[in-house]
Amino acid sequence: MNFLDQIWLIPLFPLVGAVVMLLLGKRLDPQPASEVAIAPGLEHTHDDEHGHGHAHDHSHAHEAHPHDAHMHDHGHEHHHGAALRGLVSLFCPGMVLLSFLFSAGAVAQLSQTAERMHQVIQFTWLAGLPFHMADGRLATFSADWGFLLDPLSAVMILVVTGVGFLIHVYSIGYMGHEGGYYRFFGYLNLFVFFMLMLVLANNYALLFVGWEGVGLCSYLLIGFYFHKKSASDAGIKAFVVNRVGDAGFILGMLLMFAVLGTVKFVDVNQILRSGQFHAETAGFGVLSAMALLLFIGATGKSAQVPLYVWLPDAMEGPTPVSALIHAATMVTAGVYMVARSSALYQLTPQTSTIVAAVGAFTAIFAASIALVQNDIKRVLAYSTVSQLGYMFLALGVGAYWVAIFHLFTHAFFKALLFLCSGSVIHALGGEQDMRRMGALKDKIPVTHWTMWVGSIAIAGIPGFAGFFSKDEILWQAYSSKQGSNALYVIGLLTAGMTAFYMWRLMNMTFYGKSRVAPEVEAHIHESPASMTIPLSALALGSVLAGWIGTPKLWGMSGWFRGFEQWLEPAFASAAIEAAQEGAHDASTEWILMAVSVAFALIGIAVARYCYHIRPEIPGAIEARCGPIHRVLLNKWYVDEFYNFLFVDGFAKGGGRVFGAFDRNVVDGAVNGAGWLTRISSTVSIWWDTWIVDGAVRFTSFLVKLSSYPVRIVQTGRVQAYALFVVVGALAFFGYYIAR
Amino acid sequence: MGPITTTHYLALSAALLLIGTIGVLTRRNIVIILMSIELILNAVNINLIAFSHYWQNVNGQIFAIFVITDAVAEAAVGLGILIALFRNKETVLADEVDLLKW
Repeated sequence: MNFLDQIWLIPLFPLVGAVVMLLLGKRLDPQPASEVAIAPGLEHTHDDEHGHGHAHDHSHAHEAHPHDAHMHDHGHEHHHGAALRGLVSLFCPGMVLLSFLFSAGAVAQLSQTAERMHQVIQFTWLAGLPFHMADGRLATFSADWGFLLDPLSAVMILVVTGVGFLIHVYSIGYMGHEGGYYRFFGYLNLFVFFMLMLVLANNYALLFVGWEGVGLCSYLLIGFYFHKKSASDAGIKAFVVNRVGDAGFILGMLLMFAVLGTVKFVDVNQILRSGQFHAETAGFGVLSAMALLLFIGATGKSAQVPLYVWLPDAMEGPTPVSALIHAATMVTAGVYMVARSSALYQLTPQTSTIVAAVGAFTAIFAASIALVQNDIKRVLAYSTVSQLGYMFLALGVGAYWVAIFHLFTHAFFKALLFLCSGSVIHALGGEQDMRRMGALKDKIPVTHWTMWVGSIAIAGIPGFAGFFSKDEILWQAYSSKQGSNALYVIGLLTAGMTAFYMWRLMNMTFYGKSRVAPEVEAHIHESPASMTIPLSALALGSVLAGWIGTPKLWGMSGWFRGFEQWLEPAFASAAIEAAQEGAHDASTEWILMAVSVAFALIGIAVARYCYHIRPEIPGAIEARCGPIHRVLLNKWYVDEFYNFLFVDGFAKGGGRVFGAFDRNVVDGAVNGAGWLTRISSTVSIWWDTWIVDGAVRFTSFLVKLSSYPVRIVQTGRVQAYALFVVVGALAFFGYYIAR
Repeated sequence: MGPITTTHYLALSAALLLIGTIGVLTRRNIVIILMSIELILNAVNINLIAFSHYWQNVNGQIFAIFVITDAVAEAAVGLGILIALFRNKETVLADEVDLLKW
């Protein structure tokens, strides 16, 4: 079978799953009352008054502990939905598995082709009008519905479908007790569809469709427990903050249309590499602006400073969602997009410097917050932001393949860590606060060991995935032409902090004395196989994934250096540039590697010392450095600042300003116009009454006056008239006679 | 007592005219007014006949016959108007009907 020509099928499978679930799921699912609580809005129609009230009570129970449903006795309501749940559990992950198999087939066939690039254009999607480009040439505003499979998108589809499939399987167990089961899987499949559209698109416009689509699914899934105010607020926050970035993306895309006349990746790369444009080293030109606008889009989607604030709040969603969307795949879309635009960023060193600086700052900033957070998922959320910062650091110094490599390994260990945290939360019946955990090591051993692997991997201990990619990033930050000592030091500090907060998390969760509430303690249980198997698979990935990108220094070949070689065609000129570095000697690299491992070990050791051996130390430090601790605990007050500046300042304050403007200027103008009208109408009334009417009445008065003598003889009595006639006749006679 | 001369007729005619005119001008009842108009017309007739006799010319007598005919028609029309007036105003008194003014 020729998978390459059928790559359009890859996103189609999850789309089918999503459509079936979202259109038919509700009809097929005979929801018991407690599930109505999850989806009251959807279920109103066939609910009588009594049933609804019942549902409401349950929704409050769910609000407090979304995960503890299974702890109470819910057996009575599950038999009718069970068959359907089984169907959903097979169907939706099955669709993603099909996608994964197709992806694997297509990638395998791609590796056999010579040019390692395959484009399938289905049809012209935006058949646009001709327009004049910035330089006056005529171009057509058009975009295809087309798919591009090259080494870069190959990595992405494998990650999306592979990790996506494991998380789907995990969700079967994790979401098993939750209502809206079909809805959850429908959204999840829809997400996979949009994510595949994003990474398979052959132009920016179609990429943007996927970009917005995953944003939508992110919103829907963050707000999955929509009866919970904080969850729906978090969804809205994610949506709104992403919109800010999307505005940048759209502007960048339109600028690209205006300057290059096309948004097709292949054509864009060809134009940019043809020598028609020169690297903008001297000034900040139009390409730099384009790159910066696209990067603004990436900061939104990939949660970089200043638009990272939505990601920690996104942890309100179910944990599989955090793992799939807010750690492994969607948030890496920005990294993917910047890597996809590598030809552009190579020509714009100034913007690249900004990218690197933002990435480095985000990395250390988010890591500093993660140091003191107590919510297990929040630590991981800030860790994700921090790791994404690493990726942008790599992109900024021109090490595109390293960024994608870190994306790849990060997808494994961060998905693993999130799923493990989900397993912990599941075991504790919805408890997320690490201060009420501890000593879980022997109670949930599989979760513990897999999470241990994940933590080792992210901390950067040699042999595990995170080490290879992180070390490569640090090396590139130090050695690449655009790198600098400052970037390296920041990266190194972040690596130490990462190791510290991960082992703080491990110690607080799994070791030491148990601080679990006694009534929860009794119910602690290891998760079902549907959850532990994906955990084990991801743990295996977290060990092995890094080995395909071992440092050049280690002198390995073949598969062990496979990742860089595989991605070489995608970043053709980047490789050339990278070849120019290497002026640094091998001993430097060995030393740096040792330093970064040492930092990781120190971080682990300090965390172990503070949170396991001498648990009283953190409290003492908190007491000594109260203000710093408070600032970190409150996340540098960034949310408060944004709230003050944008929500209260620009939105509400602006509302007040506009309100005042409305009242005083707009209303004032209206009122003034009314007042003028009234004044002029008063004048007009006066004129009408006294001049116009006056003239008329004066005329009639004159007529009346002059008619008065005539009128008084007109008595209306016929006899009087006859008398006049007689008198008149007599007068004539008298005159005649007297003459 | 001498013979009846033209002068006598003219005096009678003038008297009738005077009586008729005064009747028209002073009486309120329209029936009386119509009757007074008849008196005036007959005064004219006597005048016509008297001069016809005096001049031995028959024209005057023919005129008198015309006037009588006219008087009949006028009386008929006048009484018709009177009845219509009464139906509308429920009065036959001339001074209560004063519509003929500005």
